[in-house]
Amino acid sequence: MTTETILWLIPLPPLLAFFLIVLFTNRWRGLSHSLAIGAAFLSWLGSMAVFVRAVGTHELGRHPFTQSIPWLPTADTWLRIGVYLDPLGAAVLFFVAWTILMIFIYSVGYHNYGQPQGDHDVKGLPPHGATVKDAHGHAHKVPSVEPMYSRFFAFISLFAFGMYLLVVSDNLLTLFVGWEIMGLCSYLLIGFWYGKPSARNAAVKAFMTTRIGDVFMLLGIAFLYSATGSLSFATIFREDVLHTLASVPTPILGLSAAGLISLLLFIGTVGKSAQWPLHVWLPDAMEGPTPVSAMIHAATMVSAGVYAVIRMFPLLRLDAGTMSIVAFIGAFTALFAATIAVAQNDIKRVLAYSTISQLGYMIAAAGIGAYVAAAFHLITHAFFKALLFLGSGSVIHGMEHGVLHTGEHIDPQNMFNMGGLRKKMPITFWTFLIGGFALAGFPLVTAGVWSKDEILADAFGHGHLAVFLTLAVAAFLTAFYTMRQITLTFLGEPRTKAAEHAQETPWTMTLPLFVLAIFAVAYGWVGIPEHFPILGGVVPNWFHEFVGSTLSEIPEAAPFNWAPLLTSLLVSLGGLGLGWWVYRGVRTVEEDKFQIPVLKNKWYFDEAYTFLFIRPSYWFAEKVVYLALDKGLIDGVLHTIGRSAAVIGTALRTYIDKAIINETIGDGTAKVVKSSGAELRPIQSGRLQQYMVASLLAFLLITALLYYFLVLA
Amino acid sequence: MIPLSWYLWLSAALFSVGLFGVLARRNAIAILLAIELMLNAVNINLVAFWRYLTPGQMNGQVFAVIVLAVAAAEVAVGLALVISVYRRRQTVVADELDLLKW
Repeated sequence: MTTETILWLIPLPPLLAFFLIVLFTNRWRGLSHSLAIGAAFLSWLGSMAVFVRAVGTHELGRHPFTQSIPWLPTADTWLRIGVYLDPLGAAVLFFVAWTILMIFIYSVGYHNYGQPQGDHDVKGLPPHGATVKDAHGHAHKVPSVEPMYSRFFAFISLFAFGMYLLVVSDNLLTLFVGWEIMGLCSYLLIGFWYGKPSARNAAVKAFMTTRIGDVFMLLGIAFLYSATGSLSFATIFREDVLHTLASVPTPILGLSAAGLISLLLFIGTVGKSAQWPLHVWLPDAMEGPTPVSAMIHAATMVSAGVYAVIRMFPLLRLDAGTMSIVAFIGAFTALFAATIAVAQNDIKRVLAYSTISQLGYMIAAAGIGAYVAAAFHLITHAFFKALLFLGSGSVIHGMEHGVLHTGEHIDPQNMFNMGGLRKKMPITFWTFLIGGFALAGFPLVTAGVWSKDEILADAFGHGHLAVFLTLAVAAFLTAFYTMRQITLTFLGEPRTKAAEHAQETPWTMTLPLFVLAIFAVAYGWVGIPEHFPILGGVVPNWFHEFVGSTLSEIPEAAPFNWAPLLTSLLVSLGGLGLGWWVYRGVRTVEEDKFQIPVLKNKWYFDEAYTFLFIRPSYWFAEKVVYLALDKGLIDGVLHTIGRSAAVIGTALRTYIDKAIINETIGDGTAKVVKSSGAELRPIQSGRLQQYMVASLLAFLLITALLYYFLVLA
Repeated sequence: MIPLSWYLWLSAALFSVGLFGVLARRNAIAILLAIELMLNAVNINLVAFWRYLTPGQMNGQVFAVIVLAVAAAEVAVGLALVISVYRRRQTVVADELDLLKW
């Protein structure tokens, strides 16, 4: 098969699996997950084949794999859709395929496949556990299988289709289609346990918030299409098209067309990648099952936003104004989300804010022009954040086991209920540690350090000092809250009985942890800067060469400088050390000195949005739309019409129907007949002689008349 | 010779007396008698027209005889009816026999 054919085929198996599961196999759990994983595996196989070919192709950036078919006729041209794979796409496809496959496998264990049905589990709520009797007749509470097991695999398959579609698209339209499919799946999966009000609200919140970004993105796509007549990357990124776009002015903010288009597209990313000020949905999205958090809200969907920015980079960099907006939002989000993460106690929420913060890193990197660094961090982050989420899911799973065993009523996600889990769950502990250190940028051995360091070096080397300092502080906080999380969860002594009875999770959950942990360490080695002391040059900086070649001129790697490297080392080790030192002896939440209200309450953004947007929307909906427009205007008009119709009807009834038709014509005729009958009745006296007199008179009269008219006249 | 018009005047007078009797008398038998008068007025006309206008033909005399026969039959039926009515209603006054009213 040609590479292009494989590219066409990559997104299809998950879509097929989705339909098969939904339509046919959803009663059989094992069959459903086999289908989903089989489909994910096929896509993975295709992706790897394509990736290997892409790596082996000379000058792929100049001649990407691409093929398209005419799809929609637009007047005398066709809107074409197709597949497109350049080095950036190949690199993204690589991590997408791996993380999706791993998360699919993980979901089998996470949803307790093979466990008994719950005692009183209902659809739409997480499983509550089942009671089983062992050989000695003792009853035990054990985890029970998810009631909507097959449905979950159907949804994540559809999601995988959306993500693959987005990555292999050769144009913005199909990219947007994939983007929206993922948005839908995100909504469905956050609200997967729809019996919980919090999950429902979170699903709606996520959908509405990302919708704001998507509307702007669609505007950007429409503008781009009207300006260039094409949405395909190959056309948009031609020198002459870019030049035209850059030179056309627009009336808005003094931006060029290129600037405005990329700004609009970037707003889509802000929604999808949960950047400030549309970040509020992502932490709430943790209501969904953990594999969902890992896949959608850490590794793939939110990365799609960053991918779109990097994909549109040739357009983005044309306008300095837009670039600085992007850099500002990215850097601000990176710092802002990191401060919130410090004060969160829910193990998944910490990771959620960490994700927002790291996505901010990538956006900031794109904003300062560090194209390769942004892509590099995107990929390493996907691996280690997926690892961390799956690890946290494993921790929660282990804790739930403990909770069921001991019957305690505690929140299995609260880190202050954990502690000492390293002994109970060693595999989870070590893999989580690797992921955490990668996130914190632990020097040399982890992937995170190389990508993060590259961003910092780029920021420093290209003179974006404000961005550099912001990101450095954010990196320090990242290291700090990561170590806080590890210390609270795994180190020290168990804080609850449930934590004492936590149990290591099954192999379906730990295997993905292993695989992702390998990537979280080893993926960094492909992007070690060439001028790095000692290590530089041992392994060639393949990533820079490969992904950099996507752009028409390969971007310069930032010259090596000790300052960002030392900063990076300092903040990473300092943050990790401080995090351990502060939290090594913390037993209860009261002893935590960083539960600062403003951080705990996420800088009051939810409250502010409630006050600024949600309440006014409700007010507007109720007072203006419902009461004034609907009830007042529309109902008023309708009621007026109704009333006048009633008045006309009554008038017709009273004056025409009743008066003329009924009384005059109907009753009138009858009355005339009746009264004339009554009047004429006495004539019929029954006395023959009277009749005969009458006959005689009539005879005489008629005779007289005849005589008068016939004879005399 | 007595002119034809005298017979006709006599006949008209007799008919009028009969008509008055039919319309004005209360007794059913008197009404029957009045009818006889009217029939006989007709007979006078028939015979008079025969004698003065077509003395060579028998038509007038034949008609008169038929009228006499019909009158005899009529009176027989009429009297039978009157007797029957009298038996049921104890009256022969025409005004009281008003069953045919509304």
